[in-house]
Amino acid sequence: MSNLLSIKNLRVRFRTKSPFQAIIKKIEDPFIDAVRKVSLEIKQGETFTLVGESGSGKSTLALATAGLLNAEEGQIKFMNEDVTTMTSSQIMAYRKKISYIWQDSIGSLSPRMSVGSLITEAYKIHNLKDRDLKMEANRLLKLVGLPAQISERYPHQLSGGQARRVGVARAISLDPKLIIADEPTAGLDVSVQGEILNLLNKLRDDLGVSLFVITHNLNIVRHISDKTAVMYLGRFVEQGQTDDIFANPRHPYTLALLSANLTPYPEVSFENRIELTGEVPSLMDRPNGCEFHTRCPFSSEHCDDEFPPIHTFKSQQILTCHYPLNSN
Amino acid sequence: MSNNILRIRDLSVNYLTNRGILKALRHVNLDIPKGSIVGVVGESGCGKSTLITSIIRQLDANADIPNGLIEFEKQDLLKLSKDKMRNISGTKISTVFQNPMSTLNPVISIGRQMIDIQYRDKASKKIKKQRSIDMLTKVGIPDPDIQLNQYPHELSGGMQQRVSIAMALQGGPSLLIADEPTTALDATLEVQILKLLKELQEEFGCSILFISHHLGVIAELCDHVVVMYAGQVVEQGSTHEIFNNPAHPYTVKLLECDPASISKKQRLLPTIPGEIPDLINLSGGCIFKNRCDQSIDRCDKDSPILNEFGKDHFVSCHLTES
Repeated sequence: MSNLLSIKNLRVRFRTKSPFQAIIKKIEDPFIDAVRKVSLEIKQGETFTLVGESGSGKSTLALATAGLLNAEEGQIKFMNEDVTTMTSSQIMAYRKKISYIWQDSIGSLSPRMSVGSLITEAYKIHNLKDRDLKMEANRLLKLVGLPAQISERYPHQLSGGQARRVGVARAISLDPKLIIADEPTAGLDVSVQGEILNLLNKLRDDLGVSLFVITHNLNIVRHISDKTAVMYLGRFVEQGQTDDIFANPRHPYTLALLSANLTPYPEVSFENRIELTGEVPSLMDRPNGCEFHTRCPFSSEHCDDEFPPIHTFKSQQILTCHYPLNSN
Repeated sequence: MSNNILRIRDLSVNYLTNRGILKALRHVNLDIPKGSIVGVVGESGCGKSTLITSIIRQLDANADIPNGLIEFEKQDLLKLSKDKMRNISGTKISTVFQNPMSTLNPVISIGRQMIDIQYRDKASKKIKKQRSIDMLTKVGIPDPDIQLNQYPHELSGGMQQRVSIAMALQGGPSLLIADEPTTALDATLEVQILKLLKELQEEFGCSILFISHHLGVIAELCDHVVVMYAGQVVEQGSTHEIFNNPAHPYTVKLLECDPASISKKQRLLPTIPGEIPDLINLSGGCIFKNRCDQSIDRCDKDSPILNEFGKDHFVSCHLTES
């Protein structure tokens, strides 16, 4: 199958000092790279998950993919059209095919609009006048498993799980090809979390959309995704098929993330746990060599002065490390 | 038994709302043995936060405690005067909250805040400062003497949480209440903070009441577990018993729902259908009956009470009664 979305060497940067301040303070490069040289591919009907700690650039990458942030370099191709060079009218058409489920579900809903008008807002924005808004609202509510009466309610009257479902209804209103879900289960109880993930999976099967899920909850990744990428300081340190990454993590950071994942088994001993010391370094002051070497329990020579090579294993597991784990 | 640092008996808390009386906690019993870590687990709306705020007497103005006893060091906290309570909270009972950024004052430096909270002590400022530095070293903050001059926003989330743990432990509490202290942190930091809490607990010998909705965290850290649902304790016992031998249908389902406990990849994740009952219009019978798939006729009529199910294991369910 052809790629729905393919990103090549994407770089997104933010300014840290105004041009004037930069001259006065003699800062040559007043930028930080939030996303650096990232490449990925998502096929039709596939779920891609992005994991990483806060500040690793997950949301920045997603925003750039949705055309909400400008890329500094690189290419974002969606159905063979380059998003980075689109004109504003083309972007408008592009946004019909790609939609976003925001992390803060209640915060992303306007408190003054009823649920019914919130989920049909996209039709007004895109000037689709031929739709019967009331019928559309009922159809969408049914798809996400909410009762029709809820369309009269306002966001503050919704529970966390319901607000999340309204967010999903908004996202599928224009029949998108790709849905970006930023932390779709953050802040939900475990019993509700399953409901939202089952809903996303069902929509993927029924409507054939692709999903781009951002999360830091590794427990759910295993059950919902086909491909996974692990992000650290704006780079992908490891990516590949989800099953391969969970069965055989080859980058020390992936292994550390997996072992930091607490399970409800009090008897499991954690003698083999890879514990990371310290915290994520600042993007303004990236470490030399391998950017993970400051926290890596396996770091040895070359790690602190040479950028690691990119390894590709037969199952399309790609990673950047001097000494990949389990490589024999 | 005088081995318990905190003893809660038959505690009920009501909130007076426009719609009527909301029964947030109903007949809660809880013991915290000396030097142990007790975990309270439950979903949102189960009364975890009401429980803590009633221990530290910080309940909202519309709250009312119709009955109950919270015994801490042989005195009933509910009967203490405001002044006496003020002397206990912050020194003998201290709290680490969920969000460190809103615990710490953003416009006062870390050092000044750490010195300020020692206001009860008559020692000189120099000694207080040295104590703060020692405390920050203990919680694993590098260069504590430099960090003292920094403001909360200059520290990362993990460091802020370490500072608030340091501040909580500074008074040498015998009970530390931790209200979801790792929820706002990343997984790798969460492990670090849990390890730190465990080490500090052993060093200071205090008891910890640990609140979380994350089953994995509770399993990792706690000695005893209390499972709460809609304002009631449905099951309590040792961590080993609760996680390996859960008896209440709610605990069983909650454990099943955690994706971490499903080792095989599966597309359809288990859920608990239904919603938490409305705590204003409570019908009689078992609180979990609407969502329970094993409910029997008796569940509609009598509400079950906590019964001994095994060694150090109590369950409130008709099905487990012999």
